[in-house]
This record gives sequence, structure tokens and C-alpha cells, in this order.
Amino acid sequence: MTRQQFRLAEGGRIDRDRPLSFRFNGRAYQGYAGDTLASALLANGVHLVGRSFKYHRPRGIFSAGAEEPNAIIQLETGTRSQPDLRATQVELYEGLRAKSVNCWPSVRFDLAAINSRLAPLFPAGFYYKTFMWPGRAWHLYEAVIRRMAGLGVAPTGPDPDRYEKTHIHADVLVAGGGPAGLAAALAAARAGARVILADEQSAFGGQLLGNGESVDGKPGAEWAAAAAAELVDLPDATLLPRTTVIGYFDDNYLTLCERVTDHLGPAAPPELPRQRLWKVRARHVVLATGAHERPLVFQGNDRPGVMLASAAQSYVNRYAVRPGRRAVLCANNDSAYRAALDLQEAGVEIAAIADLRPAPDGAGVEAARAQGIEVLPGQAVVATQGGRHLTGVEIAPLSEDGNALAGPSSTEKCDLLCVSGAWNPAVHLFSQSRGKLRYDEGLACFVPGRSVQAERSAGACNGRFALADCLAEGHAAGTAAAAAAGHGDDSGPVPKAEAEPVGAIRAVPCVPSRSGRANKHFLDLQNDVTAADVALAAREGYRSVEHTKRYTTLGMGTDQGKTSNVTGLSVLAAALGRPVPEVGTTTFRPPYTPVTFGTIAGRDVGDLADPARMTPMHHWHVQVGAVFEDVGQWKRPYCYPRQGESKREAVDRECLAVRNAVGILDASTLGKIDIQGPDARKLLNMVYTNAWNKLEVGRCRYGLMLGEDGMIFDDGVTSRLAEDRYLMTTTTGNAARVLEWLEEWLQTEWPDWRVYCTSVTEQFATMTICGPKARDLLAELVDGLDLDPAAFPFMSWRAAAVAGVPARIFKISFTGENSYEINVPANYGMAVWSAIMNAGEKYGITPFGTEAMHVLRAEKGFIMVGQETDGTITPHDLGMDWAVSKTKDFLGKRSLARADTTRAGRKQLVGLLTEAADAVLPEGGQIVSELARKPPMDMIGHVTSSYYSAALGRSIALALIKGGRDRGGETVHVPLLDGSSIAATVTEPRFYDSEGERLRG
Amino acid sequence: MYSLPSFATLGAMHKYSIFSLARNAMGYHEDWTEAWRSPAPQPSYDVVIVGGGGHGLATAYYLAKEHGVTKVAVLEKGWLGGGNTGRNTTIIRSNYLWDESAALYEKSLQLYEGLSRDLNYNIMLSQRGVLNLAHTEHDLKEMSRRVHAIRLNGIDSDILSPAQVKAAVPIIDISPDARYPVLGASLQKRGGVARHDAVAWGFARAADSRGVDIIQNCEVTGIRRQGGRVEGVDTTRGFIAAKKVGVVVAGHASVLADMAGLRLPIESHPLQALVSEPIKPVIHTVVMSNTVHVYVSQSDKGELVIGAGIDAYTSYAQRGSFHIIEGQMGALIELFPIFSRLRMLRQWGGIVDVCPDASPIISKTPVEGLYFNCGWGTGGFKATPGSGWVFAHTVANDAPHPIAAPFALDRFTTGALIDEHGAAAVAH
Ligand SMILES: Cc1cc2nc3c(=O)[nH]c(=O)nc-3n(C[C@H](O)[C@H](O)[C@H](O)COP(=O)(O)OP(=O)(O)OC[C@H]3O[C@@H](n4cnc5c(N)ncnc54)[C@H](O)[C@@H]3O)c2cc1C
Repeated sequence: MTRQQFRLAEGGRIDRDRPLSFRFNGRAYQGYAGDTLASALLANGVHLVGRSFKYHRPRGIFSAGAEEPNAIIQLETGTRSQPDLRATQVELYEGLRAKSVNCWPSVRFDLAAINSRLAPLFPAGFYYKTFMWPGRAWHLYEAVIRRMAGLGVAPTGPDPDRYEKTHIHADVLVAGGGPAGLAAALAAARAGARVILADEQSAFGGQLLGNGESVDGKPGAEWAAAAAAELVDLPDATLLPRTTVIGYFDDNYLTLCERVTDHLGPAAPPELPRQRLWKVRARHVVLATGAHERPLVFQGNDRPGVMLASAAQSYVNRYAVRPGRRAVLCANNDSAYRAALDLQEAGVEIAAIADLRPAPDGAGVEAARAQGIEVLPGQAVVATQGGRHLTGVEIAPLSEDGNALAGPSSTEKCDLLCVSGAWNPAVHLFSQSRGKLRYDEGLACFVPGRSVQAERSAGACNGRFALADCLAEGHAAGTAAAAAAGHGDDSGPVPKAEAEPVGAIRAVPCVPSRSGRANKHFLDLQNDVTAADVALAAREGYRSVEHTKRYTTLGMGTDQGKTSNVTGLSVLAAALGRPVPEVGTTTFRPPYTPVTFGTIAGRDVGDLADPARMTPMHHWHVQVGAVFEDVGQWKRPYCYPRQGESKREAVDRECLAVRNAVGILDASTLGKIDIQGPDARKLLNMVYTNAWNKLEVGRCRYGLMLGEDGMIFDDGVTSRLAEDRYLMTTTTGNAARVLEWLEEWLQTEWPDWRVYCTSVTEQFATMTICGPKARDLLAELVDGLDLDPAAFPFMSWRAAAVAGVPARIFKISFTGENSYEINVPANYGMAVWSAIMNAGEKYGITPFGTEAMHVLRAEKGFIMVGQETDGTITPHDLGMDWAVSKTKDFLGKRSLARADTTRAGRKQLVGLLTEAADAVLPEGGQIVSELARKPPMDMIGHVTSSYYSAALGRSIALALIKGGRDRGGETVHVPLLDGSSIAATVTEPRFYDSEGERLRG
Repeated sequence: MYSLPSFATLGAMHKYSIFSLARNAMGYHEDWTEAWRSPAPQPSYDVVIVGGGGHGLATAYYLAKEHGVTKVAVLEKGWLGGGNTGRNTTIIRSNYLWDESAALYEKSLQLYEGLSRDLNYNIMLSQRGVLNLAHTEHDLKEMSRRVHAIRLNGIDSDILSPAQVKAAVPIIDISPDARYPVLGASLQKRGGVARHDAVAWGFARAADSRGVDIIQNCEVTGIRRQGGRVEGVDTTRGFIAAKKVGVVVAGHASVLADMAGLRLPIESHPLQALVSEPIKPVIHTVVMSNTVHVYVSQSDKGELVIGAGIDAYTSYAQRGSFHIIEGQMGALIELFPIFSRLRMLRQWGGIVDVCPDASPIISKTPVEGLYFNCGWGTGGFKATPGSGWVFAHTVANDAPHPIAAPFALDRFTTGALIDEHGAAAVAH
């Protein structure tokens, strides 16, 4: 284990009493609690941490936060593995294991670095121009490209962790807990508002944690800790550290991702979720998301050892790590000087500060000079040296317009180059809120312009970079937000900091090189997009910023361009000779930083992915070994195979039992809608195709429902329970849709009708007993109900106690046998079912499943919605004119009169009997009248239902065939997928008891 | 056949090839010319195409190439391909149920298969296969019906058992106790994905080289008519006269129709998609599931590209609701448990133009010289070249291309709908 040779002896927000061991790329290291993986690596002198996406150039740690483009790592292995994390955001824990991604065999010796040699052949968009030869060979090239692409690897198995969600309201949501956010949260919470403060880091304080400034006379980090403590004590403030505000949607709806246990590694308590998604609806939002330092664009600006100045400062101050021994700084603004001073104090030798500005003179500049730091005005780093680590830089004076070198360069040895191109406000959330951005010429960046939602930006994300301004603006925003949410303005004093005058910046989009070219001037460090690439895009006409981005892949890496978008835009604007605001900016899309899929899914996975609905008798079915099928959300017994029985044998046995004795079906899943009110009948008349005026109390009727297009959409039996009360049944799968359909019409077209629809599907257990013995069986279970058909005719219902339980018995039939559909309150379902089973034993009662039901109804030629219909079938197509009223109006009626719906030659329902009695046609098989040797063939229809009928001892099928009713006796063919075919004869769509004697009982 | 690059054949356009790339490498790529010009609009055109998405650009290209109509302008209100063309999940397939759809989408797929070379622009058609999963008995029946029909239309389609699905996509969960277990799948091997931007850019470049004016940042604000005939369009850059106007604006079709006093049976809905961070290849085919509502493919860059269904409400804002994404993620993890720890990098939405029968409108209109091509909804990327092909024919001849004829507007009056709802699974 190497010692931490770059760790400072004291200082920093790390706990030297808690050393942590970890491994990176197979080697053991040590860091401290409070480190990130990045700071711990730097403490051990590890700079080379990755390779770039395209050219596989060596890459080092570039930032200290969310904007990191380079230090992308794979954390852990196996099912808990996590690809593509930023080392700058991974908190160190004991035993952590990480490695570099997308390099082979190792990050030091990466074979794919050969790409870097071939770079001249691979400019932006090269793949659009080549790989087209020969013919269709792209897939060969593509296979190679795919192998090269991608960063980390997916975990090896299902995720062992759990994710939660929380929904919450807030008066004020503050995004970002730096000085501005803390000031805002304090102000709002003191005024009495219900406040949520979220910050992506482990501690509140933002820049104060790393830059050593003071607030209210205290060191910044101390002030921040005190502020957070005060908030914790306030009753209505919720503090969420390690929580990133990831999305800002309409109506002040925001999503936050809290990393609950990631920082604990394997020591995470199992009772905690790994991450939690907060869904916040806020009256007001204060955005205090800070700013990202902008890099400078110069030749070789991508080497390990090149780092943002503020990041270097953070490493020194917050993590007590020296990111190098001898540093050069290159800046166009004042903020880098503070970094230089802090670095110097930590023992980093400052070789020079190259300042692009001809006459820098801010307070920081003076302080640096006073410390003996050499400042080189009007100069810039124009090239770098070194391979896997920086060894030196070339510095040269710039011409007045910044487009050329104005003199010879000098070389400076160094292992750290800190760059600062000034700051980009983190306007991501503001932009997501649909706020309009404004370009600030002076700051050379985009700042929030017009707000669209109830939101204010404060501090650095609003382009106010001085600490005193951040505090004041945060406080004002918090106060105003609280007041707007109906609280007072008693928000306490404004936190104070010393105001320091800040000098202007000098924006140079692209620092010139001696060669005059810019093909090693990296904009997007992850995707290897150079200034030359952007210029090429502009030259080739990809001038909209969106085109440039897509053509070059600028800003499309895992950092989504946090360090590259604005620099890229400036380069594009320069190439086009247009001002930046005219060129525009790309849209910032959610999420702000990547968010785990599992967190978004929350608990809706596994057993909870979609509720499985089970009938009251479900466990009985399970016990007797039923095979289930999913119908909508329901679990339905498909059949009940006995020991050694195949499914087909079981279905045959069940069918015969129904035809010859008695069967019982759990029909609880059928949709049931209780319809009440004086206008209930009117509603039925409109939604069903047939007439409902004459249906008496106690009677049942079958009905078809059509969509507005005249096509069948559902069917079922509806019974009149009382004068103004009906019970409608629907198909299992359509129950919710039918209720929605009724409601849609009632709420939009007929709001004045007095009728209410209530789903009662789950309130009842429904069991259907059917077969020649059904009546005898039922007689044993009911008291005082005359079952004689004359007294209790087909298509009527009676209330009676079944096995002592109050029930509604519907005498309706889907199987063609005498049937009783017994409805009892759901809680009694199992008891009644058991009673029926017991009483039925001597009749040979046989439970049957959905498949037997399908066979039985097909024998009778009864249609199944979804099988004989597919949204393109009218009642006439099915020969069901009898169910369509000619006189009254109903939904879909007008469509039935349309030219296409009335034309001859539409598909019509027929029966099919195969020539070979045991050949069962495939459902969905297509029908042709003439077989061709090979496709294409003219299809005239398709098989909608097809079964082996045990009762008939042969196969039967229903089909929809063009002009089918005129084709009786014709032979048609069903070509199979294996090239063979089955011949069949067109028949009537009824195979069993076509007179319907049996079902009347 | 391959021939050495010749600059003469394509006029001013640089021919793209490995040779031209190598030659330009020596000049540090400073000599490439623009892929398309940015001309100012002329006062009048033979044909104005409204909408610079893939469909509009393809229409212009085929007008010039197949019908010799070159006095054509494509007017785009923003940037080329900035609509659904640049926002879609790029799934391409032709395994549609109905004969009419099969003919249209298959024509498109065939054009796609030769498109890179035809346009001299690599659109990266990647025929990695499209799997449609079946999870219920009902799904199985639907699948059987589709595969039988597709086969008899002469289009490739196969049925896979769960084990074969597992072999094709080893990371998929086919366990029988999944909430909706995988019971089978259909596979179109010729299906796959392509690079969406390249389709727009390739058509733009090729159309431009044949004389078509491509005019960006030019929004059409009115459609001028005179005595039942179209005269031209008002735009943010002035009036542009046109003998014929073809409108190809996807989610904004109803807005443009309104300008011409027409009403279309179209609803505009948000449709969202998202990508993960890039990872090494784990999934080689496109996998779609209707019952567990999600579909996914992996891009050449390594990102998982994920989508699902439309947002239920209508909108012209290119953003949807987060709960749709939440549902999508649950579904994704159901099918691919190992994806749970991957991360969403970026999400976005487009506005899709949905017809009542989930089929497009390619049609003349009651206004003479005015044509509409829209209603592609959630699945028009795959149709881009085919749509352009038949629409160019329709506009050039003032008569529908035979493949386009069934997709005329009058089907909503006659009732001759081409209902791909049930049939198309997730219609992407
Ligand atoms: C998230 C998502 C995923 C999708 N996934 C798939 C998929 O996997 N497979 C698939 O096949 N399809 C998919 N689609 C659908 C597919 O993207 C579209 O059907 C197809 O791209 C439409 O192309 P287009 O050229 O007609 O429309 P667009 O690309 O939208 O082009 C229309 C253009 O018209 C312009 N315009 C609008 N109004 C005006 C005006 N007044 N003046 C001038 N110009 C105007 C717009 O700016 C736009 O550029 C998806 C769509 C979305 C949104």
C-alpha cells in the first residue's frame, strides 16, 4: 500500500482518524473518511484515471464535482457494480473497489490509443462519409465500432438493492446548499415557510467547503454548518444532503434523487433504501445551483495534470491534497488567483500565472504578486507536454485580438496546470423550467433571463459570483419566496461577507496555437471533440448549434457538456463570425446529472411491477394445481390438469364434463358495473346497439358496444336489478376501459343525465355452474327458489340464498349448457365455492378453466371480443344483425352506414372444418383460396378461434373471411409457417346444438 | 458497383468515401464544402414542402430525383431534423399486419437498405433484428396472426420460443414467475435501427445537390388560396408563391391544416424517450414489449435507447410527464433486471401526430395543389424514405401513388380505416 504522499499534514474536511483502504485498478491505496475517490487518488499521486472515448487519450481528474468529464470509473463488480460514475462524486468507503473504464488491457497501456494516431482520419462525423463500401457491409464496421464504444459495463445480475419514493409539498424548495441556497433557506424558514433544501454534496456549504472564504466573520464552512444546524432545528425545514435536484417540470413539480446509502458501501444498513426519489410540488423554487468553472481551449488542454483552478483549490482546502508539486495557472479572470494563493500556501510551487488579460489588476492579482507569484499578463498556455502526465507547458503572448501569438513561447516545467476561463452559471434547472436564458457579454456566459414558473435564481447560478452578492441575493430570494407563499418577511439578518472588487474577464474562445490549427484543442474532453471539429461542422453547414452538437457529439457525453457546451458555442460563434446569442444554446434536458433507473422505478418492480388481481377462490385453484394465464391484470385458471395429464387432455376432460354432467367456472374476473339512476336505461340504450326499453326487472339481456367508428369494442350481459338499477358485465380485459367509456360520455356529452356507474367487479365472487346436472346441483343449495324454466327462465336472474349466503343467480349461458352464474359477496366466495364443490361431488362436478370455456363457446359459435373482433369488425360482419336496433340511436350507429362498412366483400364470420378431422388450424393462420408455391399470396381472411372439440371428436374453427357467408362449402387453405398448408371447408359458425335447446335448461 | 470517386458526377458536392476522407486528412479537413447550401428563398417555386424533417426532405429528394421536379423549396421553421426526426428511437421494421401497411413500410425498408449508397451518406442502417415479445395467451394469438400475414406478404418474420429469445438476448428475464413471463416473440431480422440525424442530413445533402433549396428558420404562417387552389405560403421570411404545397409537419399537421381551412382527424400527443449512459454492448437486437410496456435498443455509442407509449393528454409542448418515464423504468427492469443500476442520462419528448386508426395520411386535399403527409404518430421514422417516395409521386402527378392510395383522407368518411392499433404492438 502506498502512503498518501500528496496529503497535507493538516487541514481539510477529512477525518485523519478514520483511514479507509480502497483499490483502484487493482492496486491498494489508503484515503480518509471525507475523501472522494478522486481526492483519495490524488492524495496517492494517481492522476491517470481514464481514457477518452474516441482517441483513447490519457485523461486525468479535471474537476472536483458533478461536471467531471474525465474521471469515469466502474465501481465494484458483480450485481452491485455500477458503471460510469464520476470519481469526483464517489464518496470513499472502506473496501471500495473501482477501476477505469473503456481501456484495454489497462489505463496505462491502452491498445486503442492507436486511434489517436489515426485521428486525422477521424474528424467529426467521419462515419457519415465512409463505411458505405461494399454494399451492405456497414454491419461489419459497426461490429468493430460497437466493441470500441461504451464506457463501463452493466452489472452481472439483478439489483440486490431497494429504492423508495417520497411525495412532498413545500412552500419553498431551495435547490443547492451553497452560500446563496443556505441564505435563501434560512430566510424562508425563519419567516415560517415550509422549506426543503437539497444539495448534491454530503455537506452543505457548496463553494464555501473548498475556497476558504468567511461569512459573518466565521470561516465559510463553519458558517455553513451552523446555518444547516439552525435549519434542522426549525420545525418546517427539511434538509436533504446527497440529494440532487434532477428535473424541473411544469407547475413547479421537481424531482430529486437522494443517495441514501451509496456512501456507506457494503456497510449500508439493509433496512435503508439505496436511493430515494423525491417528488416535490413547490409553491416557489429558489435555484441556487452555483456555477461551473469554464475551461480554456488551447492545444493539448486534455492531459492528466490539467485541472480546473477551482478544483485544485478544493482539493487543497477541502481534502488537504496537493494536486501537484509545481503548478502553472492559466486564467482570464480573477478567481484563479485565490486558487493560486491557496495552492502556494499548501506547498505547491507556483511557477507562473499566465493571464490572458493584458493588464490584470484585481485584488487577487495584487495579492498573488505580493506573494511573489509571477503573473504573465496577456499570455496564455499555448501547448502542453507530457504523455500520461503533464511535464510542462508552453506559454506565449497573445495578439490583441486573441487570434494569433504575438511572440515566441517560453517553456515552463510543471506537473499541474490550473485553468480558469471564468464561470458558467448552472442554469440547467432554470432552463428545464422553460425560463429564457440571456447571454451576458461581460461574463461571456448564459444567465437566467425571464422566468416562466414561480422561481427565482440566486447567487452564482444567476451570474452573481461574489460571495457577498450570493448571500444577499439568496436571502432576498428566500424572503420573497416565503412572502409569496403567504408567510411574513421576518427572515432575519442578511449574512455578510467582505465584498472584493472583481476585475473583468477576457473571453478568448480558442487560444491560438503555433501551427494555426486547433485539432488538439479539446472542447469536450470525454468525447474528444476539438475546436477544429466544431469549425469543420460550421464549414460543412451544420450551423445550428443543435446540428453542431449532433454532428460532432459535443456535449453528448455523460457530463452532458457541463464543461464544454459554452466553450463549444463560443468556438462555433467565432467560426461563423456571429455573436454567441445569435447562435443560441442547446436545450438542457433532464436529468441534471444521471439518475439510476432503479430509483425512477422505485418499488414498482418484481411482485409490485403491476398488481396481480386474484379472485376470492384463487388459492383454491392454486391448491388443486391449476395452470394460470394472465388476462389483463387478472390471474385466471387456464385449466386444471390432473396428475400426468397434458393441458390438452385436461381441457378435453373439462369440456366433456360440462357437456355431460356439470362444470364450475370461476367467473369473478368479468367486469361488473353497477349502473343506477333514472337515466340508467337511457345510457344503456346509447352504449349498446340493441334496445333496452322493454327489459323488465329480473331479466337479463346480451348487448354489443361499438366504438365511434362502428366497430365492436365490448360485449356482455346486463341485468335489470330494480326500476332504475342495472348490473352490467364486461369482458375481463376491458372492464376498466368500458367504465372509462361510460364516464367519458356521461361527463362530456351527457353531464345532465342522472346516472351513476360504479365498478363492483371485486365486490362479488362469481361462479358459474353449467351442464345437464347444474339444475339438480343448484336445487340442493337453494331454498325456496323454483328452478323450473317456466318460473326461472333463461335470461333472467333471481335473488336467493345459496348455501345460506345471499346471492344473485343469473341464468345465462356462454357454454351453451344450462348455466347459473352465482354472485355472492366476495368474502363469501370461497365458502360458497366449497359448498358447491361438496354438493357437486356426486354429480361429478369438474372445475373448468378459460380454455375449456373458449372451446365450449366456440362449439356454439359465440364470439369472443378480442378474438373474433380486433377493432375492425362490425356486428353485421359477425352475423349479429339481430343485436342491432334499426330504430333507435346508439354510439357508432352513424359509422355503420359508411360506404366501407356497408360494402360487399367485407370479412364475415364463418366456421371452418378441416379436411383431416384431427388437424387443428393455428389461431391467427391466414386463409387463401388459392395456394401459390411461395409468398406473396392473396389473403382472404384469418382463423380467429381454433380448437379440438372433444364433444364433437374433431377440430373446429371460426374465421373471418371476405364475403364468407357466400362461400359456404368452399375449400380454403391455411398456409403454415413451415411451408405446408391445411385445407378446410367453409361452414356455418355453429357446431353444437345449433337449435339452442340445451341452454334453456 | 463501386467506382472511383468522381467529383464531376455530383456537381459541386464532394463525394464521400474513405479516399476523400484520407485526401482531406492531409489538408486537415479544411477543404470540405458545405453539405447543403443555405440559400435565401426565391419568390416562387413549383413545389414548396413545408417541414424539414426526414419525410419532407425525402419528398423533396425524390421529387428531384424520380420526377425531375427541381424547382423545390423545403421550408423548415427551426433546424433540419429538429422535430421528431431528431428525437425518435429510430426503430425500423416492416412487420405490419395489414396488406396496405405492409406494402408501405416494406417499400420504405427496401429503400432504406440501399439508402446510404443512394445518398452517398452513411445513415448507418443497422439490421440487428427487432423482437416483439409476447407475454400472454392473447399476445401469442396476435403474434401468430401477424407473423402468418407478414410471411404471406413476402416479408421476413419468425416466431421464437422463450428459449430462443433468451439465446438472442441473454440478459432478458424469461423466468416463468415474472409478473408477465415471456411466452415467445416474433422476430424481423431485417428490422433494426438507423442514425436519425444522418437520414435527415443525407436527404438534405442529396436533395440540395439536385437543386432543391433548403431553407431553415423559415416558419410557414399561412397558406394562401385562390378559388380553391393553393397559391403559396406566408412565412416569417415573406410570401413564397408555389404551384403546389406539400405539408409534412408531423405534430403540427393540424395547425397547418387549420391555415388552409381544413380539419384533420389527428391528435397531437407528447411521446418521450430517454437514453442511459453508454455501456459496453449488452443487447444486440431491438426488443419491444407491448404488455410490459417498453422498448429498448443499444446505440453504437453504447447508450440504451428506451421508449414506451404516448402521454395521454394532447399537447404541442415537446415535453411529457415524468410518471410515464417512471412506468417505463419499472417495465424495463422487469424485462432486464440487470439494468436497474444503470442511469438515465437524458430524457426528451416529441409531439406525435396520431390518427384514429394509427395509420398515416398521405393525401390530396379539397384544396387543389395542396397535399398532406402526416399522422405517422409514434412510428414514422421507419417510413421516412417510403413516405417521401410515395408522397413525391402523389405531389408530382397530382394523383396518389398506388401504395399511398389507401392512406387518403377520405378513408375517415368511408370508414376504410387501416387499424394498426391492435396489430402494431407498440407502434414504433
Ligand atoms: C420519442 C419518439 C420516439 C419515436 N420512435 C420511433 C421509432 O422508434 N421508430 C419510428 O419509426 N418512429 C418513431 N417515432 C416517430 C417518428 O419520429 C416520426 O413519425 C417521424 O420522424 C416523422 O417525421 P417527419 O419528417 O414527418 O416529422 P418531423 O421530423 O417532426 O418534421 C416536421 C418538421 O416540420 C417543421 N414544422 C412544423 N411546423 C412548421 C411550420 N409552420 N413551418 C415550417 N416548418 C414547420 C418542424 O419544425 C419539423 O422539423 C418516434 C417519435 C418520437 C417523438
